Amino acid sequence: MKKIAIIGAGPAGIEAASILAAHNFEVTLFEKSSTPLSNILDKAFLFPSSVAAADLVDELNAKLLHDNIQLICEKEIVNIKETNDECKLFDKDGKTYFASKVLITTGYTIFDAHRKEELGYGIYKGVISSLDLEKMIRHKQIKNSIDELPQRITFLQCVGSRDEKSGNNYCSKICCVTAVKQAIEARKLLPQAEIYIFYMDLRMWGQTFEELYRQSQEEYDIRYIRGRISEASATFDGKVQIKSEDTLIGQPLKMTTDLLVLMCGMEPSPGTKTLAENCQIAGDYHFIQTIDPHLHDNETAQTGIYVAGSAKRPMSIRDTLSDAAAAAMQIMSDCQ
Amino acid sequence: MSQYFSPFVLPFCAAVLVLLGICIWKYVRWYKHFDRLQKAIFLKNLISWKFIPALWEAFREGILHVRISRKNLVLGYMHRSIALGWFLLIVVGAIESHMAPTESHPFWMGIFFRYFVHDTPSPGISMFFANLMDFLLLYVLSGITLAYLKKVYSRIVGMKKVTKHVIFDQFAKFSLWAIFPLRLLSESLSANLYHNGGFLTQSVGDLFSSSFASTFELLSWTCYSFSLAIFFVALPFSRYMHIFTEIVLIFFRHLGLKERTAKTGFTMYELSACSRCGICIDNCPLNKQLAIPNVQSVYFLRDLRYKRVKPEIADNCLLCARCSSDCPVNIDLMSIRQQARHKQELDTQHNYQYLDNIQPFNAIGRVGYFAGCMSHLTPAIPEAMVAIFEAAGQKYWYMDEDKTICCGRPLMQQGYLNQAGELRRKNIEMIKKSKIQFLITSCPICYQSFKKEYKLPVPVIHHTEYIAGLLQSGKIKVRKDDLKTVYHDPCELGRGCNIYKEPRQILKKTTQLVKAKSEKEDSLCCGYNLGNTLINNEQQKKIRDAAFKNLMHKKPDVIATACPMCKKAFKHSMDFPIRDIAEIVKDNLIKK
Ligand SMILES: Cc1cc2nc3c(=O)[nH]c(=O)nc-3n(C[C@H](O)[C@H](O)[C@H](O)COP(=O)(O)OP(=O)(O)OC[C@H]3O[C@@H](n4cnc5c(N)ncnc54)[C@H](O)[C@@H]3O)c2cc1C
Ligand code: SF4
Ligand code: SF4
Ligand code: SF4
Repeated sequence: MKKIAIIGAGPAGIEAASILAAHNFEVTLFEKSSTPLSNILDKAFLFPSSVAAADLVDELNAKLLHDNIQLICEKEIVNIKETNDECKLFDKDGKTYFASKVLITTGYTIFDAHRKEELGYGIYKGVISSLDLEKMIRHKQIKNSIDELPQRITFLQCVGSRDEKSGNNYCSKICCVTAVKQAIEARKLLPQAEIYIFYMDLRMWGQTFEELYRQSQEEYDIRYIRGRISEASATFDGKVQIKSEDTLIGQPLKMTTDLLVLMCGMEPSPGTKTLAENCQIAGDYHFIQTIDPHLHDNETAQTGIYVAGSAKRPMSIRDTLSDAAAAAMQIMSDCQ
Repeated sequence: MSQYFSPFVLPFCAAVLVLLGICIWKYVRWYKHFDRLQKAIFLKNLISWKFIPALWEAFREGILHVRISRKNLVLGYMHRSIALGWFLLIVVGAIESHMAPTESHPFWMGIFFRYFVHDTPSPGISMFFANLMDFLLLYVLSGITLAYLKKVYSRIVGMKKVTKHVIFDQFAKFSLWAIFPLRLLSESLSANLYHNGGFLTQSVGDLFSSSFASTFELLSWTCYSFSLAIFFVALPFSRYMHIFTEIVLIFFRHLGLKERTAKTGFTMYELSACSRCGICIDNCPLNKQLAIPNVQSVYFLRDLRYKRVKPEIADNCLLCARCSSDCPVNIDLMSIRQQARHKQELDTQHNYQYLDNIQPFNAIGRVGYFAGCMSHLTPAIPEAMVAIFEAAGQKYWYMDEDKTICCGRPLMQQGYLNQAGELRRKNIEMIKKSKIQFLITSCPICYQSFKKEYKLPVPVIHHTEYIAGLLQSGKIKVRKDDLKTVYHDPCELGRGCNIYKEPRQILKKTTQLVKAKSEKEDSLCCGYNLGNTLINNEQQKKIRDAAFKNLMHKKPDVIATACPMCKKAFKHSMDFPIRDIAEIVKDNLIKK
């Protein structure tokens, strides 16, 4: 039996592991955190179908119950070296593991909103990130800075994406629809609140997204304003004052809001960055580079090292899962 | 006709007259272009004791070149050997010729002494002079040799790039390089014939045959005279005009003259005082990190002097003042750059009427706090200041908490003087009516503006000065932790306003302060200075990355700075912790 190592037990890692295990490969799955799916556990409901994230977590975890899969948690892999048709993996403490092929599925991390200080994240309590809101929705409790129900929630798109100043010129792809998803969930919890979304342009690329966007306006009364928010400050009563411009009517705009939700983009996770650098397979913005975006989109410049999911570029869960399946297929055919 | 005349002295004599004439004409014309205030200051201080320190500085800088030697020893030696050596050749030559036993001592006699004077009554004294003059000649020649080597291989004087010169400069330079070898040759040939040389000229002269010497002596002296003449005539149009102008400028400065917002005759003096030494090229971030040629101060001043400066050159500068701190002539490069940016046509027709809606506030007994537009983009800084005011029990008026009026400096830097004036007018009105005790700013850009561009009835201090004062007087107490910090000197605060001490005092009291590789006057610009609107994000990052590397020298945990702009620069696309000094102090406050 061939031994395959997979680094990162997110949706991509688990999907690939279960396919490979079903085809009689011996899979070792390394995970840095104490449990798999650390990046899904903190989500509430998932687009496109509004399924509860907890349900998807259960289904994916069930896939791990296979004799050919060995899951090792709290194990951070930092380097891979290829010698004589075999890959040697190094963990943080210098221990080594062997496998004939390695799949990297170390995923993403969300942009650290502290870096855009003008938006006041970490300074004003009323400014939160999309992930913070996701957690609030999960616990069915959206509160403002003084623990009351917010009367107004404002989303700001493209924080740390499409932004030359933060060094991320790319679009993170999932945050537009995530904002629509979150705005609808917020409306369900707060029927009285005003909900605004400030955007540059809305990227409703999925088949059902446009419809979701229409519904959000017609059924959930979400209001959209085209414009970027340039700075935020606190008001004496614990709210957030924002300065912006409505670029459709060309008017400067100042308003207060209980919550300012920053839709932070996706960046390569620290694990992805480290492996990309140490294995010399780093591409744009420190994501992992594949050989060819069409025909060899799971292979890297290092033979024996493959990549799948959001370690390559921002991706939704569905895209991540199909990418993982593709990577598993590629590994199987290369092992013959 | 004097016995000390030969037709070959004529080119020299004529050139001296031409040189004097042109210099006086230029200096008078420039003086006429002084503005009223400058003229008044000049006339008021003209007769005063200020001349004595000026004289001393003129000697140190015009002859000894002390500042340039401090920057670069070899280059300093080169300048000094030529200036001091030549100066002494003239002085000693004059003394020597006055000791000659004749009635008349024409002024050129010292220059061509060995051609005219062959034997003297006291051989001991003349031997002494001959050797002394030879020694001085050798000294100058060593400098000329260095200058030549510098052209061939600039690293010899520790420079990566040397100035590319214009044609007049080339003319003057080659004649300057010819003067002293020709003098050596001429004196050696005369020494061969009359045995009146010193250790150098005599031994060189003895290498020739006497028939060769007698054939070529006159020709050689003629060439020497011509090379002097060419140099003198080219001088006022070339960079060598700095030789005299630098000295005049030193006197002017001691009399209290300085640059104004618009170009004046004083600027013309400054332009001509630039020796085009090129010291300002190597450390300019636009050269070092971006390899942009032709925009550095030396080129900018040169183009301005020859009236061919292009806006894209005047505008392509960070105003980081690194060159000003390097310039051995202390030219006010930042003011001159800003003068050249004045955008007259675009600087009208702006509606600042909304300013009148902002109401003044009575703040008797309080201090004023002006965060500045930039600090509003780094809200942790004003938040920290407010916490510090409260901890110190300081009553304050947060002047731009809600309605922000810019200090106007960014507009000044880009040449919109009238618009900046509108903003200044309103801010001055607000500050005057508020009756505050003094004004504290968080942004060094505002600080420099309030300090230098405003005339305020109250003192202005930066928050680092304020906090250092609070710590000194014990009004706030802080604990010291193990955090290893390095201090990034913001250009506007350090080189701009000379504040280096207070930030470091504060950091030493709150953290473990380590040194950056280059610090204080030599610190590196973060690249995000508002002075330059022509470079793009990628280029800014390159400059920032170099500054970052400089700070990482001793592996600190945190970068501390005292400017919202610098803070943002290091935050953009970087994960390294960066904090303002005010934030560090706030976190380390010991609650009473
Ligand atoms: C606020 C928000 C809401 C979202 N909502 C949705 C949604 O509704 N629907 C949807 O489709 N998508 C959503 N997404 C996107 C979704 O989270 C990603 O598509 C998905 O998590 C990508 O999976 P992955 O397996 O590629 O990476 P990840 O989920 O990031 O998994 C990577 C795993 O690798 C581990 N790891 C990292 N480095 C190492 C290492 N060196 N050694 C060992 N293990 C390591 C990590 O701990 C992690 O468990 C959302 C994203 C955000 C930010
Ligand atoms: S998906 Fe939308 S919010 Fe996210 S980066 Fe792209 S455009 Fe901006
Ligand atoms: S500006 Fe100053 S440093 Fe630059 S060339 Fe002129 S004299 Fe030298
Ligand atoms: S101010 Fe800075 S950027 Fe401008 S010329 Fe001088 S060193 Fe270069």
